[in-house]
Formats: sequence, C-alpha cells, structure tokens
Amino acid sequence: MPAPPKAIGLNQGWLNWGRHLFASPGHALLSLLILGGLAKIVPSLIEWGLVKAVWSGGPADCRAAGGACWAFVGEKFRLILFGIYPHDQQWRPSLAIVLFLAMLLVSANPKFWRRWLFWMWASGLVVSALLMWGGIAGLPFVADDRWGGLPLTLILSTAGIVLSFPLALLLALGRRSSLPALRSLSIAYIEFWRGVPLVSVLFMASVMFPLFLPEGISIDKLLRAQLGIILFTAAYLAENVRGGLQAIPVGQSDAADALGLGYWQKMRLVILPQALRLVIPPLVGQFITTFKDTSLVVVIGLYDLLSSTKMALSDPQWRAFYVEGYLVAAAIYFLFTHLMSRYSRYLERRLASSGGSV
Amino acid sequence: MPCRFDKEIGMEGRSNGLIEKGRGGEQRRAVLYQLLLVAVVSLLAWVLVRNTLDNLHARHIATGFDFLGREASFGISEHLIDYAPTDSYFRAFLVGLLNTIAVALLGIALATPLGVVVGVARLSANRLVSGCAGFYVELVRSLPLLLQLFFWYQLITESLPGPRQAIDLFHLLFISNRGLKLPAPLGTADLTGMLLIVTLAVIASVLLAVWARRRREETGRPFPTFFAVTLLILGLPLLGYGVCGLRLSFEIPVLQGFNFSGGATVTPEFAALLMGLVIYTAAFIAEIVRAGIVAVPPGQIEAALSLGLSRFLTLRLVLLPQSLRVIVPPLTSQYLNLTKNSTLAVAIGYPDLVSVANTAINQTGQAVEGVVIIMLVYLLVSLALSAAMNRYNQHITLPGRGR
Repeated sequence: MPAPPKAIGLNQGWLNWGRHLFASPGHALLSLLILGGLAKIVPSLIEWGLVKAVWSGGPADCRAAGGACWAFVGEKFRLILFGIYPHDQQWRPSLAIVLFLAMLLVSANPKFWRRWLFWMWASGLVVSALLMWGGIAGLPFVADDRWGGLPLTLILSTAGIVLSFPLALLLALGRRSSLPALRSLSIAYIEFWRGVPLVSVLFMASVMFPLFLPEGISIDKLLRAQLGIILFTAAYLAENVRGGLQAIPVGQSDAADALGLGYWQKMRLVILPQALRLVIPPLVGQFITTFKDTSLVVVIGLYDLLSSTKMALSDPQWRAFYVEGYLVAAAIYFLFTHLMSRYSRYLERRLASSGGSV
Repeated sequence: MPCRFDKEIGMEGRSNGLIEKGRGGEQRRAVLYQLLLVAVVSLLAWVLVRNTLDNLHARHIATGFDFLGREASFGISEHLIDYAPTDSYFRAFLVGLLNTIAVALLGIALATPLGVVVGVARLSANRLVSGCAGFYVELVRSLPLLLQLFFWYQLITESLPGPRQAIDLFHLLFISNRGLKLPAPLGTADLTGMLLIVTLAVIASVLLAVWARRRREETGRPFPTFFAVTLLILGLPLLGYGVCGLRLSFEIPVLQGFNFSGGATVTPEFAALLMGLVIYTAAFIAEIVRAGIVAVPPGQIEAALSLGLSRFLTLRLVLLPQSLRVIVPPLTSQYLNLTKNSTLAVAIGYPDLVSVANTAINQTGQAVEGVVIIMLVYLLVSLALSAAMNRYNQHITLPGRGR
C-alpha cells in the first residue's frame, strides 16, 4: 500500500491555520460547519464523560447525576474482562492475558522472525489453555464453558491463526502445485470457505460437527467453535501465503532445482524462508480480522469479550448504561486492533523502502 | 514440482536415459501421490457421511429435503412476500432469503456513495475534513461489526422515545423506539401506472445513454446525456401526473393508543442492521476509493486541466476511468463481505436467511439440510455477485491489457 498522500500546497497552510482552513469560500464553509459541530459535541462529551460522571455508587446515583456511569464499569469490570470464570481463580486468565501480550511484543520485533516463533506461539497457547483449564499442579479444574471475556477472545483468535497456519501452508502449496488433483482440491477448499459467512460456519460447527463424530464421542462447544474458526481462517490465510509464494522470483526455484534439491528441500530451505517473511504483514491483518470476528461466537452462546459485556448489560438495574459498557469493550478492541494495524502499516512501509527484505 | 526448468531439461536431454527414467519415476510418483490424496479425502468424506447417517438414524431424524413442504408453524416478524405460520418451510426460507437480499442490496446502494464521499474527503486539502474522515475510518474499522450492531440496536430501542413521544418529521415520518414509520403508497391502479412510467423512463434513459455513447465514439459529437436522463426520469412521471391524471395516494401513520397504525415500518432490527452494515462497509470502501484516486498520477490531472477540461470533465473523463480500474476488484470483495456480514442479523433478531434456517433447524433437527441450504445460497450469491462485478470490471479494463 502506498504511504498516505500528502495533500498539495499544505506546507504554508499548515503554519497558518486561518489561511489554511479558509482558503476558499467552499473550504471556509466546510471548516465552519465542522468547527461548529466540534464546538457543540466536544464540550457536551466532556460534561457527560467527566464533569457529570459518576465514578462509584449504584444505578440510582447514576440516574440522578445524568452523566456517564463509570460506576457500572467498576461494578462489572471483572465480568466484562473474565466472563463467569471463578472469582478467586481470576489471576489465571489475567496471567494468560499477560502471556499473550508478551508473545505479541516478542513477535513485533523482526529480529525474532525465526522458525521458533511459530513454536513459541504454539507452546504459549498450550500453556495458557492448561492455565485456564487447570486440573494440574494443584490448580482446580475449570470447565471451558466457564471461560470468558478477553482471554477467550485472545485464545480463540490466536489459536485460529496459529493452528490454521500449517493447513494454510499446505493449501497454498497445493494451490500452486502442478498436480491437478491436489490443485483442484485446494482450490475447492479455499473457495468454499471464502464463499460462506463465518456465522454459518459457526452454526455448522455447533450443529453438524457432533453428527460427524462416531456415536458416543463428543467434543464441547468451545472446541467445536475453535475448529470452525480454524477451518475458516485457513482458507483466508492460504491466500495470504500464496501471495508471499508468488512474490518469490522464479529464478530462486530454478536455482534450487539446479542444485538438485527435491521439492520439500527446495521449499524448506529456499522458498518458504523468503516467502513467509513477506507473509507476516498480511498475517497481522488477518489476525486483526480474526480478533474482531471471534465476537461472532455470541451466536452459539460462548462468552467472549463482547458477549460478556452484553451479559453484564443484561442486569436490568444497569441496562440503561449500555453506552458505557460498549465503550469499555470498544476501547479494549480498539487498543489491540489499532496498535496492530499501525504496526502492520509500519511493516509495509519498511518492506517497501527496503525493496522487499524485512 | 516439475517446473519450467524440468521441462527444458527433459526436452534437451531426450536421449539421456537417466533423466528420462528419473522423469518417468517422478511422474509415476506424482500419479501415486494424487491417487493417495484422493483416496484419503474420499475415505474421510465417507467416514463423515457414514457417522452422520448413523447419528441421524439413532436420533430418528429422516434425511432429505422433504421437510421443506411441511408447515413451518413459526412466525417471521418481517416479510416482503405474504407469509403466515401455516406456510411451508420452503416459503419461510424464501422469506429469509428475500430479507437477506433486501438488506444487502440496500446496504450496497447506501455504503457505496458514503464510502466514496469519505474516501474523497480523506484526500481533501482541508485538514479538518481529512482529519474527520480519517478518524471515522480508523475508528469504524478497528471495532468488531457485531459490537457496532449491538450499539445501534440498543441506541434505537433504549434511547429513542416511545411512540407517544415519537420524533415527528412534518407529520409524515415518525421515529421512535419501535422503528421508523413512514407513509406507504396505497396499491391502486394509479400506483401501477406510475411504476410502469418510471420503469419506462429508466429503460429509455439506459437506451439513450448507450446510443449517445456510441455516437460520441463514432462521430465525436457530444450529447448532454446527464441533462436528458434527468429530464426523462423527472419529466415522464410529471407528465403522467399532469396529463394522464395519475394520482398516488399514501397511507399516513397515525398514533393510536400506544403504537402507530397504518403506513410502512422500518423495524429497529432492520434499521440497526442496515446502519451498522453501511457505516462499517463504507469505511472500507473509503480506503479503497482513496487508494484508487492516489493511484492516478497527478500529472494526468494537471494535463487534463491544462488541456482546458473543466474540473468536472477531468474527474469524469480522466480521473474516474483510471481509478475505477484499481477500485473495482477490491470493491467487489467488499460487496461480498457486506452480503456475508448481513448474517449477523441473527444476533439482533432480524429474520434473515440464517436466522430462519436456525429456527427451522431447532424445530426439525434437520441440521445438515439447513446448513447445506445456507451454504449453497451464500456460495451462489457470492458467485453471482462476483460474476456481475467481473463483467463490469472487464468493461472498464483497458482493452489489450491482460489482467
């Protein structure tokens, strides 16, 4: 993507706001309209959010004050963040969140883009799942239908990306293969999952997966949803990987062939190490999409960050303060997605300026 | 796999027995691998089907689409065609599908102009304008669509006044927490006549535009298409009104007791879904439009202006045709996304196809058939929409430049 364009003739105008905003009658009118709107909205927002806001107390205090009811957030913060995870055990999901943040930070540094990064994420997932489930090392067992909030959102989306990655890799290689059966199976898989909405995939996961299994074996709701998300994400990820593979010059493949490398050797030693670095920026984009999309699990009754916010708002006493509730959830989503998308844009710029090497 | 390089060696080294043998072995291996792959996939499919049939048998659920003929016996709050709980499941699915199509088409029709305006505003030389547009795009794209839908739905149902204190616009439109009430045209013969005239005007406009374009391309003589089409579309119905005396009558909603009666209703569910989809998709379209405009070199516009083209003609003849080529392919996938995202309707209670299918699955246990119907419909809609957009794309692509 090209860098955001710099508007023409701005340099002088930037120094002189007055001349800039009122350069022509049309601009003056637009500027006045926007300034007028801001002058109306911003003070009332400040009044609502800070001046008249209630920071602690009950629903009655909030209704009396007429400002933002941050007391609601104080009251329901744990429910929003952790769902119905047992109260005294909530240090475990907190620790899981910290673990995920640490892994995100490590992954953000291109110096660490090595093979072990994938294994770090895979083992991080296992550790956080064990932490959440417990039942070992003296931790009481917590069934996964009590998981909820931000950890659930993080686990669903991270596992969605990490576990679908091997499948995506095979699909991308399959789609570029010269074997017709392999190629058409890969294309059919990718186009099928990209053609259907995630909601219907989740429905399928919740009503059809149980039918697929032999009698007597069942997997629980969370795993079914997770499996649906993985199968769905793999198709999108495969297209990202294919983009990376296509960007590698044919000469690289020819050279590997000339050295007498077999197909898997060629891929493992020559093509993939180059292609996968190119895939990382779109991978971040896919992670953002999956992170937002996991909110759809509300339709099959899982309590991710959005659903647990909704659950907190279902308390009739606090129902009127839905704006505050959704603002908190939105702030958490925004923090993650916005930082990641800025990061992905920075990566793309870096990629463009260094001529392809990250 | 055997790439171009292999083939070259194969041709040059035709006499070289070693390479020939190696290639033959490779080909045999390739065939073997593929047979193995097909066998594994078929086995997997067979196991899944076998298990499913066993499970259905154990639960006494008959397979097949016979249930579509049975009575649905559940109500659907919004239907574009007549529907009653006594109708068949098939008709219920049809109602759901029409609801999906309605919200998707309306969403596309509204999100496109909004996205274009925001995309252009992001490039405005006025920092306030571009800043506001940028803020909108960043904010909306960063938040899950479902969160936005919940918010809009709550806003409509919780924060708008009840019907008795409804926001009254000219005594014709009423906005309340029960949705938007608006006058509905009464189905008279005059209405049919008017619709016929409007259809005629649209067809005539299209024909005229095609003719004018062809003439311009052949002879270079311009034709005031925009003016003529406006005249046709506004003028013909007015003629119908003035000359033929066609009068439209509307039923205006009136407050009776605790709710409105008469008129047409835009329900809170539909309004929230449409609003959410339009606002969300428009932010993505804005980014596409911005990228499309930036992709046209500024020299093109300077050249057009220095040739004496007006700003409007520069936009219409130089900027748009070039940026559309960049814009249309990603725009297509946004339209598809909007259509697929309309399935979030199920979370706020708008009866789209998925929501109807979900009810049907819960009632009949025909999970496989229900899911198959949903997936088939979305696959077909996706394919149809991308086929239509691909045709449009071919139409605007430069001839002779393979894409």
